[in-house]
Amino acid sequence: MFYRENGQFKTTYRADQQIFPISQDRIVIGLILAFAFLVVPLLASDYLFRAILIPFLIFSLAAIGVNILVGYCGQISLGSGAFMAVGAYGAYNFFVRVPGMPLIPALILGGLCATAFGILFGLPSLRVKGLYLAVATLAAQFFADWMFLRVKWFTNDSPSGSVSVSNLQVFGLEIETPMSKYLLCLGLLVVIGLLAKNLVRSAIGREWMAIRDMDVAAAVIGIRPMYAKLSAFAVSSFIVGVAGALWGFIYLGAWEPAAFSVDQSFKMLFMVIIGGMGSIMGSFFGAAFIVVLPIVLNQMLPVIGSAVGLDISTAGISHAELMIFGALIVWFLIVEPHGLAKLWSIGKQKLRLWPFPH
Amino acid sequence: MAFFLETLLGGLMAGMLYSLVALGFVLIFKASGVFNFAQGAMVLFAALAMARFAEWVPKWTGITNPMLANVAAFVLAGAVMFVVAWLIERMVLRQLVNQEGTTLLMATLGITYFLEGLGQGIFGSDIYKIDVGMPKDPIMAFESVFQGGILINKEDVIAAVIAASLVALLTLFFQKTSTGRALRAVADDHQAAQSIGIPLNRIWVIVWCVAGVVALVAGMIWGSKLGVQFSLATVALRALPVVILGGLTSVPGAIIGGLIIGVGEKLSEVYIGPFVGGGIEIWFAYVLALVFLLFRPQGLFGEKIIDRV
Repeated sequence: MFYRENGQFKTTYRADQQIFPISQDRIVIGLILAFAFLVVPLLASDYLFRAILIPFLIFSLAAIGVNILVGYCGQISLGSGAFMAVGAYGAYNFFVRVPGMPLIPALILGGLCATAFGILFGLPSLRVKGLYLAVATLAAQFFADWMFLRVKWFTNDSPSGSVSVSNLQVFGLEIETPMSKYLLCLGLLVVIGLLAKNLVRSAIGREWMAIRDMDVAAAVIGIRPMYAKLSAFAVSSFIVGVAGALWGFIYLGAWEPAAFSVDQSFKMLFMVIIGGMGSIMGSFFGAAFIVVLPIVLNQMLPVIGSAVGLDISTAGISHAELMIFGALIVWFLIVEPHGLAKLWSIGKQKLRLWPFPH
Repeated sequence: MAFFLETLLGGLMAGMLYSLVALGFVLIFKASGVFNFAQGAMVLFAALAMARFAEWVPKWTGITNPMLANVAAFVLAGAVMFVVAWLIERMVLRQLVNQEGTTLLMATLGITYFLEGLGQGIFGSDIYKIDVGMPKDPIMAFESVFQGGILINKEDVIAAVIAASLVALLTLFFQKTSTGRALRAVADDHQAAQSIGIPLNRIWVIVWCVAGVVALVAGMIWGSKLGVQFSLATVALRALPVVILGGLTSVPGAIIGGLIIGVGEKLSEVYIGPFVGGGIEIWFAYVLALVFLLFRPQGLFGEKIIDRV
């Protein structure tokens, strides 16, 4: 009843080509943005900001980046953790070594470092495909792990590669409170998210999708595989790099190379698969699922344990967490292999006809 | 020269152990097209089971002979791996037939988390020892050829022999038995195999069982070398370059890839490592595999990938 595009006639090409062609979509997005920018900062507690909202925003950003590479261009990457690390350490170096470097340019320069790294490790994708490529991208992961642990220049000569940043400012405003951190992350996410949404419906986005669906056929109709694949690696690693820089600067504050281990890469891939491959919306769902699930399990298990009269030790809880996490992922893949975004689009389709389904 | 040979031999021995883990990947990929990321978790799980059963069996039954207890523990751990394989086929693979490779890969990652949690939940998360009575003392060889001879670890030699005989056994099983023939048929073409009456589900259970036993042997050897602990699961990450170097579908590829990676790692660590700060083993293996892949994208012995529009 409410979600119908009947009667919305498009009279200009501009109207026909806008990002959200249905007016209800525009209204809902506007409402969500207003809620996130105005209402959430008033309501949320510090714990909610620190434990859930900030990680969720940063990982949504990272998941969008990984989704561009994996979901839109079809190049499976297990090296996203490395791109995050390069982004974080790149931004750190610019921030510390260049006097008076403002925060946001440092983040963007960190992202550009990740872009260069991503293009370098994306080169094998021109020859190697599929699962072979997935394993090959692990090379990036282990190389970055080693580089930030052993090459002292990158970490400003700190002994174990652990670095920290302080005194963050944006346009003269201190980024100290959880709320200001949240707003900074949200602002960057909205800007980059809109850019990504725009990019995937442009010519280059369509080239990526053609390469994903069948690269030989795409090459035959005149799409340059090298340009398409490397541009996907570049854009993806830029976004992931910015997310990594945010993760280090805003969420952790002080970090070491282990913060961007191969586990992070797996987690980001989980977000993309569970959220839905080839869907910007899905990246948000996936990030929410993977960020919130461990926290929920962590809070719930002791409660459930004591309810049934079991006294579970801390180690037991962490093992049970691992088991439930793994089992849920497998279960999810079985019941909805196309991810949460698929459920979302089914829901939208149903809503179109509601309440008269004929 | 003697030092070079010593490094080379050490690399070959280490490579043999990598190929043991790589073998598990290849077996499962060949028969079901699943890239089984959980192989490392299976190695950890099997090793934990083996270590703990070896502790528990003497308590339960009063067997005092350590050899007998070890054999009993091996059999029990094998049985556990059989159950794990059966459950994975039943609960996961059967539900995911016809899904894309990525989805299956992620499912095995889920299994990895599950097995890591389950294994440590049941068997405990401390460091355990597996003592199968392998001699630890090194021996000197070729003393007449080189001055001072070459130092060889006896344990490594035995491990390499076990690995080699396991490979020979598997080759016999694949080539000479009717089950092995069925396995190869399924690997070639699922549908054709099914149409001539080969039960796919049973074949998958068998393959996962074989991979489980391979994981058990690998876990036993790695465990007796390094101790059984959580880091054993990361052995899989060390074995991945071996798999892509040798080719995902080739058993000999896993062996030869393992040897190349083992030697490459050790030589690079000794001869290049000091210049760049050391610790380059792990990424060097991947880069080595990548260089090979640039010339042969399907791995050294993998089936040629043919793209058709």
